[in-house]
Amino acid sequence: MALEPGSPGPQSVEARPSAWGGLSAILDTPQKRGITIVVILAAMVIAPQAFGPYATVILTNALLYTILALGLNVVVGYAGLLDLGYAAFFAVGAYSVGILTTGFGWNFWATIPVAVIVAMIAGVIIGGPTLRLRSDYLAIVTLGFGEIVRIAARNLQITGAASGISGIEQPWLFGWHIARQVDFYYVFLVLAVIAILVSVRLANSRLGRAWLYVRHDEDAAEAMGIDRVRVKLAAYIIGAIYGSIGGAFFAVNLTAISPQSFSFQQSTLFLMAVVLGGMGKIPGVILGAFVVVLGPELLRDLGSFRYLVFAVGLLLIMLFRPSGIWPSGGKR
Amino acid sequence: MALLELNGVSLGFAGNTVLQDVDFAVGERAIASLIGPNGAGKTSLFNCITGFYKPQRGRITFGGAQMLSLKPWQVTRAGIARTFQNVRLFRQMSVLENVMSGQHCRTNAGAIGAIFRVPAQRREEEHIHEVAGACLRFVGIDADEWGRDATTLAYGHQRRVEIARALATEPKLLLLDEPAAGLTRGEKAELVTLISRIRDERGVAVLLIEHDTSLVMSISERVSVLDHGVMIAEGAPKEIQANPRVIEAYLGSEDAEAALAL
Repeated sequence: MALEPGSPGPQSVEARPSAWGGLSAILDTPQKRGITIVVILAAMVIAPQAFGPYATVILTNALLYTILALGLNVVVGYAGLLDLGYAAFFAVGAYSVGILTTGFGWNFWATIPVAVIVAMIAGVIIGGPTLRLRSDYLAIVTLGFGEIVRIAARNLQITGAASGISGIEQPWLFGWHIARQVDFYYVFLVLAVIAILVSVRLANSRLGRAWLYVRHDEDAAEAMGIDRVRVKLAAYIIGAIYGSIGGAFFAVNLTAISPQSFSFQQSTLFLMAVVLGGMGKIPGVILGAFVVVLGPELLRDLGSFRYLVFAVGLLLIMLFRPSGIWPSGGKR
Repeated sequence: MALLELNGVSLGFAGNTVLQDVDFAVGERAIASLIGPNGAGKTSLFNCITGFYKPQRGRITFGGAQMLSLKPWQVTRAGIARTFQNVRLFRQMSVLENVMSGQHCRTNAGAIGAIFRVPAQRREEEHIHEVAGACLRFVGIDADEWGRDATTLAYGHQRRVEIARALATEPKLLLLDEPAAGLTRGEKAELVTLISRIRDERGVAVLLIEHDTSLVMSISERVSVLDHGVMIAEGAPKEIQANPRVIEAYLGSEDAEAALAL
């Protein structure tokens, strides 16, 4: 791309010096950014050895949240659709694996395509009719969808009702039994890296641009020949696939799933990770996922006050950085 | 046969008539204008042509094909592009990205192509860049402005970027909604040249809504006059300037200044 990066946009007029300003000044070349990514990845690779088993559990959870937040970011951040029931797709993935492996003796890897297809179908059923309407309606419908999935799971025989499904077998991969927490940590690390790569590539594509056009100005986008319903549906379905794959690996990691794991609170936590870090900004969303998972853990010493402190912290972040922690402007 | 034809188009909102039995046509490679006092229904007529409004009665054909049942994006794909009365560029996106949006309906890479960066997808991306760049150069926006946030450009340049964006859809007919509004005298002269070049070099027919009557009279081959939703006159600029009904329509409105310019 023959873009001239040097031209000073008004963003750079922002006079107030900040830690972020300093950071983006240090990370001004692709090489430096590349080195930073390699350093972070290396740190993630040695983290289980460095911090021990408890931290490994927490970090695995943070990586799971990263995957889900990146998926939700496609829906909320790129396409601008408010999804309040994202945990439903997470549940669809988890229960597909749970039901097919314990009930029908399927191999875990064979259940993933099914989980993805079920999530896509659910996405089309929910998104198809509602995405034609204004986006406020989608928020209400997805809220309902999230509850329907959870309540159905709690009452159906096949999903194990309130007690859920247990005894989900941990998978093998070319003779490697993915069983210990460290094994799952690395599986989720690989998944998170794939999720990031896919997000970056989508963002810099014809479809990724179309999401932004539609989010910024639906009418102008349509006047440019963009079918907004189709483009939004694509975002919704891609988000559903991320959620479903996250759910599938969540199920084999815990070996047991129950309806409590897929509550409305989960959906709001995923959404919080996206909004907190900065909608539509991939590094921000990753950061948001880590803050949402690690925040309460780091405040554990405060005992029962920790959620209060965490909540106040979140409010302060939103007050002072309403468009997310990650700085806007520059490259997405 | 005309490129665009409207027959008996009527539009109303909640009992208020906006357009009444409008007959209208634009020929291939023509430059035509639509004028009329404020509130005459000019932009509504644009919105009917581009599929944003659905007229209750009438027929709209483009290149012989029925347009009435089409959605706005389908109209654009069929070859009608437009600009907006108030510039509507995509915020927080670069000039180049804005113009690239026009190529969306002429390309087809999807999610799979993007994720795996297949050769066809990369070729298409290159092609989109080339077309967008060519359109920007055509309207006179230099490469050093392409990376800038589009909404930070000077107003006159934003107008030109919007025209480039519309041209990137590879239209046969370009609808310009008050393209000269807010431009300086010099910029207006450049706009006149640009509109002629769009027709002469690209073979695109141009239909414009414009309040600047001297600009309209200097550039148009045909002028149509809309007043209170009714087409009251249609003809060459000379005929329109001499038409008593047109002068009366303008004098009866607040656009008396425009009437004097006639």
